[in-house]
Amino acid sequence: MTKHALVSTRDNTPLGQSFIELRARERVHALLDPGSRHELLSPYDRVISPWLLQQGIVAQFDDGVAVFRGKVAGHRAVVIATEGAFLGGSIGEVSGTKIACALELACKDTQAGVPTAAVLILDTGGVRLQEANLGLAVISEIHSAIVALRRHVPVIGIVAGMVGCFGGMALSAALCSSLIMTRQGRLGMNGAEVIEQEAGIDELDSADRELIWSIQGGEQRYSTNLVDALVRDDVSEIKRTVAIALEQGLPTEYRSDQVTNYLRLLRAVDTSEYLNAGYTPVSCVEYGAKNGQ
Amino acid sequence: MERLSFEYPSSQTVLHRAHVGVVGSGDLEVLLEPSPDHLSRVTVCTSADGYSMTWKAVLDRFFLQYQGAVLLAINDFGATPGVVALRLREAVETGTP
Repeated sequence: MTKHALVSTRDNTPLGQSFIELRARERVHALLDPGSRHELLSPYDRVISPWLLQQGIVAQFDDGVAVFRGKVAGHRAVVIATEGAFLGGSIGEVSGTKIACALELACKDTQAGVPTAAVLILDTGGVRLQEANLGLAVISEIHSAIVALRRHVPVIGIVAGMVGCFGGMALSAALCSSLIMTRQGRLGMNGAEVIEQEAGIDELDSADRELIWSIQGGEQRYSTNLVDALVRDDVSEIKRTVAIALEQGLPTEYRSDQVTNYLRLLRAVDTSEYLNAGYTPVSCVEYGAKNGQ
Repeated sequence: MERLSFEYPSSQTVLHRAHVGVVGSGDLEVLLEPSPDHLSRVTVCTSADGYSMTWKAVLDRFFLQYQGAVLLAINDFGATPGVVALRLREAVETGTP
């Protein structure tokens, strides 16, 4: 899949046009064509997590996931967003099942002759630790659902921030047929705080924002070809990029099928030195040039 | 975590419903729906224990001005009284039928 020519180094987002500042449901509304939206399991249905209250944690009426069916740039689609402000956008039994079922319904509709694409707006730390195994199990169902659906229609991932996209949901992002990021977004298996907690501050200082974003940030992910488009934090630019991705249809090769290529890149990494010993920031452009891009 | 409930006599029929806010740090979620009778019922689930008198004061003041008969379900994650009052007003003003 070719990269979109939508790279920008500065965000001159006009007032009221920031995508990051929107809550999950507002993000979905921003992407859907006017008059076409229909929410599945809305907050009024009050399908909350059965596990949080038992642990003395306040639940949310939509369990932190907004699922809508509608049209995006004229294409029939299901648009799903995780709410980063609620428990770090974490995936529990209910929120994960909402995502998996929505993708499965889209697949069913598509196979029945009504092509229904999917847009996943991911702002999530991954599995909800309070729901451990149930969350992990449902994340694997999400993975299966993405793989089943992406054979027929585009499954587009958006990682805008501020939480970013981590853990099992980073794998979900990697399975998408195309992935869109902002510079503010972060994408990785483990978040900086977790790495610092588990391996010590000498391994990674999670307060060093420049270092963190140079490892997991949108620019880095774009320059190393792990995402397809780098966009400004701007609602209309993100809408436009999603429309382009929907128009482009299915990629010739999925990122998750390029195992040999990624193994080759991994083997080329020199692990004899710590990343932050002698660390000097390189710009996205320099990094890309160094890697022959 | 603490659960609280309050009731207020209300004279006006309400036709809309609304959902505002998020269960995030210093914020709260309010679900507003019409009440079937002339009694407003408020249920609060809050992460901060021991503030029932503060909740009562904020809700007393709200229902002093607002006459609608509503069911309010609140999930709170440590919002200050000012934020609670703003979210309640937002719920009243942004409702859809």
